[in-house]
Amino acid sequence: MIGFESSVFAPALETLVAVCCVLVGALEGSGIAFDPGFGLGFGLGLDLDLDPEPAHVVGTGGAIGAVLRHWVYTQVANAGKDRAFPTATLTVNVVGSFVFAVAVFAGWGDSTIQFLGIGICGSFTTFSSFSVETVQLWETGNRRLAVAAAGGNLCLSLVAIGVAWALASVLF
Amino acid sequence: MTTDTSRSNPLARLETLALIGIGGFAGANLRFFALGLFSEIGAVLLVNVVGSFVLGFLLYEAQYTGIVDRQSRIVFTTGFLSSLTTYSTFAVQTALAASPVWFVAIVVGNYGLGFAGVLASRALSRRLRGGASV
Repeated sequence: MIGFESSVFAPALETLVAVCCVLVGALEGSGIAFDPGFGLGFGLGLDLDLDPEPAHVVGTGGAIGAVLRHWVYTQVANAGKDRAFPTATLTVNVVGSFVFAVAVFAGWGDSTIQFLGIGICGSFTTFSSFSVETVQLWETGNRRLAVAAAGGNLCLSLVAIGVAWALASVLF
Repeated sequence: MTTDTSRSNPLARLETLALIGIGGFAGANLRFFALGLFSEIGAVLLVNVVGSFVLGFLLYEAQYTGIVDRQSRIVFTTGFLSSLTTYSTFAVQTALAASPVWFVAIVVGNYGLGFAGVLASRALSRRLRGGASV
């Protein structure tokens, strides 16, 4: 069902580098300043002003989520007859819903919800790919797969949210 | 999303990832902006329907006329549109719906209008093709 390419590490490394680039860029714009010469007074003092703009926090999370989703799409192959069933979309939506729900039920703070929930999970999961793929399945005659995609995304995401609720009520 | 052999160069792939990241930044930002303007349920419905319509249009446009370059289409759809739309917030809203009526309304609203958006974009791109061929 899920096929892994032989070289898993190269794209993972590239993903990591891209995420780091995005993080550094966003930190520079969000009030977390690397301030050589001032700050702690030790020459290379690190002047941390942790009051980032919510839009920067959400955007940074969004960039990370989009790159991670792209990575999942390169690793997860479609399943079923003629590889028609969009497994990658199902994977990101269920996993993203689970993580978002953990963050919500754990009662983490605003910045964490903005970064992890709205940013990373919000971008990691996708509705546009889901709806286009489902309509195209229906149009090409794979109506049972279309119904399975529509129902499967919702049911498995709701189950994942239930598991997240149970997990959060035990752990937090 | 198949990987093209001409894009297998590490630098080219890094460029693609960077562009997807920028698209993700912008898409998430616009979704966050909508969350500030409207109610949470209304904002998610809006971005999901608009994103489905635009993605559908780009894909059907590629099928019928193919004016938009393939690489820029992948970056725009994978980076921006897929980050603008979201499933996780929708699913959590559904799970936390205030009543069974809201549960049905959120699911039918997002699914129904999302699919309708894709069908509308197909009709529009077919019309454009019809206009171009005359």
